[in-house]
This record gives sequence, C-alpha cells and structure tokens, in this order.
Amino acid sequence: MSLLEVRDITKNFGKAEVLKGISFDVEKGEVLSLIGSSGSGKTTLLRCLNFLETPTSGKITLSGETLYDSEEGRNLSDREKRDRRLHFGLVFQQFNLFPQYTALKNVTLAAELLKREELKREKASAAAIKEALEGVRLKAAELLDSVGLSDKADNYPCQLSGGQQQRVAIARALALEPEILCFDEPTSALDPELTGEVLSVIKGLAARKMTMIIVTHEMEFAKNVSDKVIFMDSGVIAVEGTPDEVFGNSSNARIQKFLKSVNN
Amino acid sequence: MIASVTFGEVTLKLLEGFLSTLKIFGLTLLFALPLGLVISFGSMSRFKPLKYLVKVFVWIIRGTPLMLQLIVIYYGPGLIVMAARKAGTSNFFIDLMEKMNNFSAMTMVVIAFVINYACYFSEIYRGGIESITQGQYEAGYVLGMTKRQIFFKVILLQVVKRIIPPMSNEIITLVKDTSLARIITAYELIWAAQKFIKSEGLLWPLLYTGVFYLAFCGILTLLFGYIEKKLSYFRS
Ligand SMILES: Nc1ncnc2c1ncn2[C@@H]1O[C@H](COP(=O)(O)OP(=O)(O)O)[C@@H](O)[C@H]1O
Ligand SMILES: [Mg+2]
Repeated sequence: MSLLEVRDITKNFGKAEVLKGISFDVEKGEVLSLIGSSGSGKTTLLRCLNFLETPTSGKITLSGETLYDSEEGRNLSDREKRDRRLHFGLVFQQFNLFPQYTALKNVTLAAELLKREELKREKASAAAIKEALEGVRLKAAELLDSVGLSDKADNYPCQLSGGQQQRVAIARALALEPEILCFDEPTSALDPELTGEVLSVIKGLAARKMTMIIVTHEMEFAKNVSDKVIFMDSGVIAVEGTPDEVFGNSSNARIQKFLKSVNN
Repeated sequence: MIASVTFGEVTLKLLEGFLSTLKIFGLTLLFALPLGLVISFGSMSRFKPLKYLVKVFVWIIRGTPLMLQLIVIYYGPGLIVMAARKAGTSNFFIDLMEKMNNFSAMTMVVIAFVINYACYFSEIYRGGIESITQGQYEAGYVLGMTKRQIFFKVILLQVVKRIIPPMSNEIITLVKDTSLARIITAYELIWAAQKFIKSEGLLWPLLYTGVFYLAFCGILTLLFGYIEKKLSYFRS
C-alpha cells in the first residue's frame, strides 16, 4: 500500500474536461515532480489533492484511509474538507503570505489556532495551552531557521524579497506537519537569481525524506530531486517514470517538444 | 437691536446644538458600522433571493435623497396608523407603526441615518472584501483554518486598511448630513443658530456654525490620517 493513491481523478469545469482520469501513487519519503505545458491541468490536480477543488469523479486514498471517493457522494462538508486538507500542505506560486503578520506570525498563526482548538477540546488548563503555544512558537522559529530566515522573523512580507517570502511560505506549510507537501511552481514568480535559494530549501527537504509533489518548470531541478516524474498533457498522464526514463524518453514526441520548449 | 446677546452666549447655545449633532453622528456610526457589515454579507450571499432583496434595498436607499427618507420615516408611520384606523385593521405591523409614531424626532433621525449610512458602508465593505485576492482565502484553507478564522484573522484587517480612505470620506459627509435632521424638527447645530435669526435677527451665528463643522471635520481628518499611518506597516 502506497502512502497516497490517486485513482481515476477527473475534473470538469462546466463543459471543459480539465483532468481526464489521473491515477498515480506516491510512496512515503518520495518526491514526485509534475511537469507539462501550461494548461495541462497540473494546478487543478494539486488543488484537488488539497480540497480546494472537488474532483468530478475518482478516489483519493491516504495510508489506506479514503479521503475522497466520488461514489460515496461528492459533497464534503467544510469540516470534512478541513480535516482532509490537514494531511496536505500547499505552497503557492504567488506565496500568499498574510501581509499584516510578521514572518514568524505567518508561520505560527494557523498552527496556534489548531493547537488551541485541540487543547480546548481536551479541556486543557490555561497554563497547558500557554505552554503548548510557546512550543508552537519555538518550533516556528526553528523552521524559519531551517529555511535560512532566522534573522527575518520579525519582518513583514513587504520587507522581504520574493525568494524570502516563498521560504517563509514553505516554513508556514511545514508548521502544520503535513504528510505530503505540494508545490505549485514555487519559483515561477521569482526573479531568476532568487530561484536557487528556494530550490535548495526544497532539496534540503527531499534529503530529509519529506514526501513532496512538485509542479515545476525547472527541469534540471526536477531531474535531480525527483524519485518519479509525471508528464501531463491535456489532462492525462502522458509519460510517467523515473527522471531518467522521462527525460531520456525519445519515443514520445510530445515530451520532446515540451522539453525543447522549456529549455530555451 | 444692538447686541442683546453676547458672543459667549451664542457660543454656549451653539455648543448645545453641536452636542446634539455629535449625538446623531455618534449613534449613527455606532449602529451603521456593524449593520453595514451585515448588509454587505447579505449582498454577497450565495443565496440568490437574499442577495437580490438586499441589493434592491441598497439601491432604493442609495437612489433616493436622505431628506426624503427622513420625511418618510417621520411621517410614514403616522399616515399608516391613520389609514389603518379608518379601515379598522390592526395587526403587528400597525402596532409597530403606532409605536414608531411616538418616537422622538431624535430617534427617528437616528433610525433614518443608520439605515442610510449602513447601506453606503455596506457597499464600501463589499468593495473592500471583494478586492482581497482568492489566494489569501486559499492560503488559509490549506492551513486548516475555518472560514470564520480566515475572515477575522486574515481578511478583516486588510479590508480595514483598504476601506479607510472611502470610509473617511463617507464619515465626513455624515458630519454635514446631520444638518438635515432639523427638517423633521430634531434639534442640532444649524437649528440652534437659526433660532438667533428668529429671536434676535442675527445672521452671524449661522455663519459661526461653520467653525464647529470645520473643527470637527479637521479632527476626523487627523484621526483617519493617524489610522492610515498606523496601518502602513504592511502592504496588501
Ligand atoms: N476554476 C476554473 N474554471 C474554469 N476553468 C478552469 C478553472 N481552473 C482551471 N481551468 C482551466 O483548466 C485548464 C488547466 O488549468 P491548470 O490546472 O491551471 O493548468 P496548469 O497548472 O497545468 O497550467 C486550463 O485550460 C484552465 O483554463
Ligand atoms: Mg498551474
């Protein structure tokens, strides 16, 4: 049994079939890269995994637990979506940091809310809650340190470069300890000289065996960091395999064309 | 008639009127600020009938003069009660109108102002809320936050920052709109000054009221400038 099993996911927006039956597995500690030209459905797939979109049909299983099964009814309540989202993290192309909070507070905000809710449910004492929240802050500081931003903890997003903001966003996602962390073109909004710092943070996570699904146009990076690569084309998986198999694939004209287009 | 009232006496009388003006202003803000938020939620509701009902209501209130609304609210209940008596009907609504008919002019003014300003505020809130990118909500969702938490912890302050300029405009307009209260016999600053025309034939107290409005609007402008500066630590 794989950590994540995605089966026959389809997604329609009105008449447009954006995902046309996507199936794949992700093992624990594995890095999966999703590549493919713009409009092929990569973002939509990540959004389905993070329950920002509800698949039209298909099944998503995590550690054997069914997170979504269109045959059991499509409508999840807000509460159910929220529970399921917590298994995943998502780092956006546009960072989406909360502008009114410092880097540190961006990392702690959701984790604190969650911790507080959990402890309140357990009827923990005020002192215990305070201690737990202190723990959340300490961990957040460590996370910022791990993405190389311990000196920026008190800065607001508008005082940070794009690369720094994206690293805060990664720390923020990690604070909730997701089982699978997804990235949607994490460096596409960055100036070329800033992509390196973000990619090396992701490489660091891979080295620590974080399970990740990464949508990227950085082919060298994908080649180096991935255990598995999926090439998507018009809502289907066109090619799937190890980096060598996918990037060395000379028989598929589509991928050749795509690789040529991103390499120049 | 040579100066039968002194400058000091006029000032005191005008201050009295100004207090009444402040009361209309303060009570209107107190109720219209939160009510406007409720109305803006209504106008953004995914439940279509509610959304259109609210939109039509906002259209009516913004599309008619505040002066007309004051007159309707002040005289309307009385007319309805009279008509109901003639027809011999009586129900909950007529009872309510009867009660309203006995409200003081001041209360009626505040009711009309609250309704009017809540509608204007609701449109400003709506503009502010809709200007926040979807990415902010989605970032909250993927972090396991609830809709409520996202609104109050993430969205609200960004909205506040964006709506300060249009809100300060509207609130400064409110200061001057309070002078409409006197058409339904509610006492306020202009009325206080007009009394001197009738009783003493003095015009200058009326001009003097401008100083009060100017001073108050000046203070508000400074206050909003201060809030804007306070919120300038972040960009959104
Ligand atoms: N909310 C939506 N409504 C309608 N069409 C959408 C929506 N989101 C995405 N699409 C369409 O789905 C297709 C795939 O989009 P996307 O998943 O963003 O592709 P990618 O991330 O690979 O560039 C595009 O043609 C896009 O226009
Ligand atoms: Mg995309």
